[in-house]
Order: sequence, then structure tokens, then C-alpha cells
Amino acid sequence: MSGLLDIPWAAWCLLLPLFAAVASLLTGPRLASRLAPLFALATVLATAGVVVRVLQSGPFRHAVGGWGAPLGIDFHVDGFSALMLAMTAVVAAVITVYARAYFSNDHGSGSGAYFWPLWFFLWGGLHALFLTADIFNFYVTLEVVSLSAVALVALSGTPTGVVASMRYLLTALTGSLFYLLGVGLLYAQYGVLDMDLLRGVVEVNPATWAAYVCILLGLLIKTALFPLHVWLPPAHSSAPAPVSAALSALVIKGSFYILLRFHFDLLPHEMLVASSVLLGALGMTAVIWGSLQALRQPRLKLIVAYSTVAQIGYLFLLFPLCFALAEPGDLWPTKAWAGGIYHALSHAFAKASLFLAAGAVLQAAGGDTLVHLRGLGERRPVIATALALASISIMGLPPSGGFVGKWLLLVAALHAGQWWWVVGILLGGLLAAAYSFRFLRELFRPAPENLVLHEEPRMLGYTALALALFTLLLGLAALIPFNLLSQGAPFPPNAFLEAL
Amino acid sequence: MSFYQLLPVLVLATSLVTGVLIFLLGEERARTRTVLNLLGAVLKIVLVGVMIRAVFMGQLVETRWTFLPGMDFVLRADAMTILFSSLSAILWLVTTIYAIGYLEDSPNRRRFFGYFSLCVTATMGVSLAGNLLTFFVFYEVLTLTTYPLVTHRGTDTSLRAGGMYLRYTLIGSAAILLAMVWLYVLAGPFDFTETGAIGFLDAKHGPALIVIFFLLVGGFGVKAALAPLHRWLPEAMVAPAPVSALLHAVAVVKAGAFGIVRVVYDVYGVTFSAQLGVLPVLAAASAFTIIFGSVRALFQDDLKRRLAYSTVSQVSYIALGVAILGPASTIGGLVHLAHQGIMKITMFFCAGNLAETLGIHAIREMKGAGRRMPWTMGAFTVAALGMIGVPPLAGFISKWYLGVGAAESGDYWVLGVLAVSSLLNAAYFLPILHAAWFKPQEGDWPHEHHPRGRFETSLWLLAPPLVTALLVLLAGLFAGTDYSPLAWVKIIARREY
Amino acid sequence: MNQAEIYLAAALGIMLIGLYGLFTQPHLLRKLIALNLFGSGIFLVYVAVARRIAGETPDPVPHAMVLTGIVISVSATALGLVLARRVKTLTGGTELPPPVEPEP
Repeated sequence: MSGLLDIPWAAWCLLLPLFAAVASLLTGPRLASRLAPLFALATVLATAGVVVRVLQSGPFRHAVGGWGAPLGIDFHVDGFSALMLAMTAVVAAVITVYARAYFSNDHGSGSGAYFWPLWFFLWGGLHALFLTADIFNFYVTLEVVSLSAVALVALSGTPTGVVASMRYLLTALTGSLFYLLGVGLLYAQYGVLDMDLLRGVVEVNPATWAAYVCILLGLLIKTALFPLHVWLPPAHSSAPAPVSAALSALVIKGSFYILLRFHFDLLPHEMLVASSVLLGALGMTAVIWGSLQALRQPRLKLIVAYSTVAQIGYLFLLFPLCFALAEPGDLWPTKAWAGGIYHALSHAFAKASLFLAAGAVLQAAGGDTLVHLRGLGERRPVIATALALASISIMGLPPSGGFVGKWLLLVAALHAGQWWWVVGILLGGLLAAAYSFRFLRELFRPAPENLVLHEEPRMLGYTALALALFTLLLGLAALIPFNLLSQGAPFPPNAFLEAL
Repeated sequence: MSFYQLLPVLVLATSLVTGVLIFLLGEERARTRTVLNLLGAVLKIVLVGVMIRAVFMGQLVETRWTFLPGMDFVLRADAMTILFSSLSAILWLVTTIYAIGYLEDSPNRRRFFGYFSLCVTATMGVSLAGNLLTFFVFYEVLTLTTYPLVTHRGTDTSLRAGGMYLRYTLIGSAAILLAMVWLYVLAGPFDFTETGAIGFLDAKHGPALIVIFFLLVGGFGVKAALAPLHRWLPEAMVAPAPVSALLHAVAVVKAGAFGIVRVVYDVYGVTFSAQLGVLPVLAAASAFTIIFGSVRALFQDDLKRRLAYSTVSQVSYIALGVAILGPASTIGGLVHLAHQGIMKITMFFCAGNLAETLGIHAIREMKGAGRRMPWTMGAFTVAALGMIGVPPLAGFISKWYLGVGAAESGDYWVLGVLAVSSLLNAAYFLPILHAAWFKPQEGDWPHEHHPRGRFETSLWLLAPPLVTALLVLLAGLFAGTDYSPLAWVKIIARREY
Repeated sequence: MNQAEIYLAAALGIMLIGLYGLFTQPHLLRKLIALNLFGSGIFLVYVAVARRIAGETPDPVPHAMVLTGIVISVSATALGLVLARRVKTLTGGTELPPPVEPEP
């Protein structure tokens, strides 16, 4: 067994998607489409290897090329990165299967043709992002991810899609450049880029402040926190369904991951107090604003895209709970941290499921306005069930993964005595129910007599349902991801075990 | 894993597996579906019987599953569980039979029976829940699985009713969630404990505990139709009769009442609640609802709506029994949980029969119905008299104990409330009986679906109300024996005090 | 002021010009040029950082980072130009229409 653990899973985790990307480019779309599920499976296995290794022996480092920091770029894998890797691998693998069916009508022309190389670059870029331990490498991976994502959005070929893609490009580049500026300022001050080394030397001074502001600005643009969210709804709603799913579920979590790394593993605590309150306030605004906008949208994909804006707001609630409101020695901020991450995790599965189901609706009913949903409850029960189960997680109702995240955030908020956050979390849940049932209830209407549905590939519905069922699993078996998360977490070990 | 550790899960599985299988089967497989439904229901009754025996012997029947470190999902069969789950199991079988007959030739039966089974699973989960978290989980699942049943017909009215139902219940559940997490932060994790779990808490938490109490009671009160949170219930009457029967006799409304019972007895403990001074408020709210519901019932011409307001009124008897300190009122309130269930379900079955067979929806259309459908109206009469509190029927037993309890604790105003409400019950039930039995039929029936054959209507529709009416009679007549609901409730009360 | 500080000041100037152009110029090509300016300003910061200790040999790491940045910047600009052409072909204009709030 130890022999199996010695295999450099982390390296394979990154190599396989990159190799798949190049291979897809060389073989052409038809063969690429057939090979894609195999590559996906291999990547999932490599990721499983990483996860098992972290669970068994704790966090580990992998020196790429044998160089080692500070000259080389290291991978650092702890529980948080392993969890993110697992999330990406599973969701992306399911989307791969979906995409194969989704583009099967294209026969090599149209949007399906260039999908595969871009898709695997996106996947590989995300894996690299979650693996890296070097702040400049974060920039590189962010760019790989963003550029692939921009191109994928543009694949739709429609005017709205291309315009959305252009706007996405400009915004994403601006964000990355601000981040790059921040990294430069940090390097100017401290001369190291590796996160572990940097943590040892960073102090509070004007240069660090300037760097922090730039990095924060850049990452907030990329994570689409209100009010920097304007690019998200058009991009996520006009992309082809598998792309929308990956964007809302995974890409957004990449920049959020980097934010968490800077806040919890790098920067001194005192520096982050003021900004954390701002982040929390913006997050709460995002929850309310995004939900209210979702209530006004006529199309399913738009509702789901604004839902992403709202759900991202929840993630930012963990900042004030961990920094501004805790005394040193408190253990409950662990719950806030874990709650935010768990929310990100279940959101990935639920949101991907919603977008995949929306894509299936588009293909079956020819459109995704609310009227198109009528009768799908009887005629396409698999798709309807996926929509329903995924929405339950978005609403934060038990027994879903979304409920677990909500629970943890509420516990932390009540420990802190912060009623604003409590009211906000509960209100957000109610608003999510409001906009979710806007489309769910259409499924219960009887089908109009003249309803003609196209025969879309059944795999579309099954993959969406699979992801939705996963959110149920995340709700019932929360202990396993929780244990994984505790490996190498920036909190004392007993904080995870205590009931508090 | 011993058998007794698995037993709660098995009880849930009978309806869960049935539900999933029904969803997987095609719409046309009606006969397979019928077999599955009946098999599941019978199996559940058997398993509940096993559970009753085990609990009676003192055997621990519990399933635990870690949710997060320090917080478990707990399914446990205690004395209260037995009361609620046996009621649910028996009434599930009866309602399934009724629904099969009622929905014959209707569209979407697969969806109906699928959600129906899931709804029963959720109700069972509520009864088996061993702590607030588990209770909450199944309570929410209950909301989600009953929504498709309320909106089954898919019309604009039913969607509106469904929307109102969701609005009320989800806001209620937000209150419960807040209270639950707050209590967890104050007191740490705890299970339902007879005589209360949080009595050890310091007095300084008093104000917080009072707020938490009202959040919990308010949240549960939405489903329990405590005024003024009851408005969703009459609107939900747009659902098909089996849904109204199940919702009002067993599932939703009783789950809410059961929640209030659990909070007062097994979370706070009745003495601690009395110390905090929250019980009088609960008593006042219940009393108000009892009178209010009955008064509103008087003005309804639609039969189901009148029954809905009657439910609003009657379920608050349970809350009233809980709110008065003393074993007798506890007995009265808890036994009414079972008694009201069987009486109300009978009446809804009969209302459904009248609608299905003769197209009758309004009370003014009921003249002479007794002659055309004597068995149905007979069952209705038994149930109605029970509601009014005529001895020796079931309803009388509950009111008797409530009255005794009120007198014992010195709350004489409750006796007044009981008297007034019984009069009101008579005022809105007796005219129905009078019209059905003693007035001649006026013109044709609105829509005669089933012409009078050998039986007055389909046997699927006729048998269930007769069975439940018989139960109403037996529960009252044999209340003194060891096998009645009353005997079991006495055990609960003994353990609670 | 030593050399590094001069470069830093110039970098700040270039960045500000670039940002200003990005936000105020509606034409897509100009936005892309402005973005490039912003990026160049940042690269200049890196170059200045490499030279921050006068007299000694420059630090090669920032130079490596700048090279990476330039490569990424070129690819991104290429993508941007292709997209801009697409926008022209599909919408007939060279500006981004404002994000539309759809009516319910």
C-alpha cells in the first residue's frame, strides 16, 4: 500500500488533463470526444490518490522537477486543496460525460469542435491552481483558467455570447493584472514567492498594505463579489450549458481559494480585521441583491446565474466571523471557515447540476423560459428531479450539503453574537426558495396539449441527476469531507473535533 | 449493527423504498403500484408493531449517525414515538386504499403515490426523531414532499395554494432553525429527554430561552395551524381529498403539534417551561385558536373548508393540553393527537366520497345525502359526534381529561373554553347531519359519477371511512383497556412527570 | 531618486493611463491597448524591483516573471483581438453594448 502512496499523484493530477488537452487538439473533435471520458476517469483516479494520501499521512509537498523552493515551484497539498481537487475532478468528470452527449449533434463542426482542448486546459489549470504553493504561480494558473474559460464562453457563437465573452475577458484580465501587481509589491518587499517562506517573513507595513489591496481587488473582480459582479450573469447564462456549469461551480471557486489562502495562511491577522468586515457586508449585499435580481429573470439560465452571484455572497460571510469578531483562543471560527468552504463545495455540485439540467431543458424544449418548463415534470422526470434536488441544496434545506454549510455558518454567527449575519443567512435562504420555486412550480403544471419535445440525449438528464444526488450525499455524509478539511487546516486540531 | 439499531431505518425504508420504486415504474403500471403500496403499508404496520413490543419491553431502539463532530442524527423510538408512528402507519394503509379508489382514472398517479410514500417516510422520520436536528430534517422533507401533493392538480389555484403553503412553512422553519442553532450554541448537543433536556441551564439565559421557546413554538405552530399562522390550511383544501385527509389527520398538522409537544416535554421539560413562564402564553394562543377556528367554521359553506377550520380549532386542543401543567391535561392533549386524527380523517374520507360520487362540495348541496349514501354519512355522523364530544366516542375522552387537568391546575377558564368550543362544534356539525338525514333531496345531485350499484360507491372509497369510524367508536368504548391510545398516553404521562 | 524609484514612478504613470483608458474608451481596440498599457506598467514595476539595489547585478527572478507575464499578455491580447473581430462581425459595432437588464 505504501508503494501506491509513493506515486506522485499530485503530478499526475496535473499532467493528465494537460496531456488530454494537447491530445484533443491533435486528434480532432470526433476522436477527442470518444477519448474524453477515459481521460476524465484517469484524472479522477489520480485525484483520488492525492485525497487518500492526505487522509492517511496529512499534508505534503511536492517539488516540481525536484528543484524545491525558493528557486523551484512547489506543490503543497493539504486537506483544503485536496478537497478542492476532489470537487473539481468529480464535477468536471461528470460534465465531461454530459458535454459528450450535449455536443453529439454537432458532428465535429460548430461549438463542439474546439470544446475539448479548451475544456481540458481549463480543468488542468484549475488543478494547478489548487496544487500550487507559489504566489506567482497563482497568477499563471489564474490566467490559464480565465483564458480557457473566456474562449469556452465564446464557443456559443451567438452575439450575446461573444459580447459576454469579450466583457469577461476584459474583466478577467484586469483582475489578474491587479493581482500581479500585488505579487510584485510583495516580492519587492520580501524577496520570496513561496507561501510557506513568505508566511515566515511578512509583516505589517505600507508595502504589504498596498500589495494586499491590489491582490484583494484583483481576486474580488475574479470572484464576482458585489459590486464587481456585473460580468458574471451574461457570461454564465449565454455560454453553452457544460461551460456555464463549470464556470459557476468551479472557476469562481479558484479565485476564492486563493483569497482564503492569503487570509488564513499568509497575511498577519491584525491586517485583515477591517477588510473582513467590508467583505462580509459586500457578501450580505450580494446575497440580497443577487436573489432579488434572480426573482426578476424570465429565463432559467439567468435565474441560475444570478443565483451564483447570491451564493457567492455567502462565502464571504466567513471573513468577518473569523477575523473581526473572534477573540484569540476561540475555537468557533473553525466552524465559519469550514462552513464557508463546505458551502462552496455543495454549491459546486448543486449549481453544476442546475446548469446541466437547464441545458437539457434547452435541448428538449427548445428554450429555457419559464413557460418552456411546463409539462417537463411528467415528460422529463429525470431532469425535473435534478432541478428539484439541486435547488434544495441552493435553498439550504436539509438533508443537503447546502444545509451543512448553512448550519456551520449559523453556529459561528451565533457564537459571535452577530445578529446581522444570522438574519442575512436566513433571509438569503428564504429568497433562494422564492426564486427556486419560481421555476420549480412550473414543472408541476400539466403539459400543454400541443407540447412537442425534441429527443435530447438521455445522458444529459442522468448526469445532472447524478450531481444533484451528490449534494444529498454531501448532506448526509458530511463527516468525510470535514475530516479531509481538518488535515493541515489553519486551526488547532482539536477545534474540529469539539462540539462547541 | 443489531436488529434494534436497524429497526428505525427499516421502518422508514418501507415507505421510502416503496416511493422510489413507484417513481421508477411507469405511469401505466397501476396494478403493480397498488400491490407495492399495500405491501409497503402492511409491512410498515408489522414493523411498527415490532417496535411497540420492543419499547414496551424496555429495549433500546435507536439508530445514530454522525452529522458533524459533536452533532448526531438520532432515530429513536420512545413512548411518544409509538403514539405518533402507530397512528401514521395505520392511517397510511387506510388512506392508500382510499387514494387508490379516489384517483382511479386520474392522470399523474405515479407522481401522486410516489410523493405520498415519501411524505409518509418524512412523517415517520418526524415521529422517530431523537433530537431537534433530526426532527428538523424530516420536518423540512415533509414540507418538500407535501408541496407536490397540494399542487397535484396543477391548476393556478392549486399552485397559488402551494405557494402560500411554502411561504408560511419556510418562514416557520427559518424560525425553528434559528432557535435550534441558538439552543445548540447555548446548551451544546442534546437528545430529546423525558422530563426535559436543558433544565440545567443557568438562569441568566432565561430571556434567551424564552425567545427560543417562542421561535420554536411559532415555527412549529405554522404547520400546527395555530392562529394567526393557520391561513395556509384552508387554501390547501384545493388538493385532492386523500391529500386533505392525510395532511389534516396525520402528516403535516400533527407533525407541527408533535413538534410543540416535543419542545415542551422533551427539550425544555414541563416544569422548566412553567418556571420560565411561557406556558400561559401558549395556553392563551391555543385557546384563541380553538374558538377562532370554530367561529370561522360556522361561516363556511364549502364542506372541506369547514372541516379545515375545524382542524385549525381541534389541533389546538393538543397545544392546550401541553400548555397546562399536570398529568391529566397532558393525557388529554396527547390522546387527542390520536383521536382527532381518526375522527378528522373519517370526515375527510366522507367529504371525498360525497365529492367523488355525487359531485357535492358545498353543504347546501348535501340535503338528503344520508338516504343516498347511508354508510358514508353514518361514518361521518360517528366522527362528528366524536368531535362534539359525545360519550362514549373518542373525542369525549380527550375533552374529559383536558377538563380534569384544567380543574386540577386551577385553570377554570379552560373549562369555559372547552364548553364554548363544544357548543360551537355542535353548531357547525349538527346542521350538516340534519341536512343530510332529515331534509329531502333538492333536485339532482351536482354530478353523479357513480350510479348507485350494489354499494353506494366504490368499495375502495367506502371501506376506509367505515374502518376509521369504527376506530373512533372503539377508541372511546375501550379506552379503559390496555390496548387503547389512552392507555399508551398514560404511560407517556407517567414517564414525563 | 535612484533608478528604481524613477522606474516605479513611470510605472505608476503608465498604469494610471492604462486604467483610465480601459474605463473611458468605448472602442474595443482601445480598451485592449489600454489593458496592455496597464500590463506594461506592471511589468515595469517588476523590472524596477529587479533593480532595487543599485550597483549589484539585477535579480533575475522578476525578469523571469516579466517574461511569463509578457507571454500571457500576448496570448490574451491575441484572444482579445479575435473576439473583438467576432463582436464586429456579429453585432456590427466595435463597442460593447451595456449589460441589458431583461424585463420580467
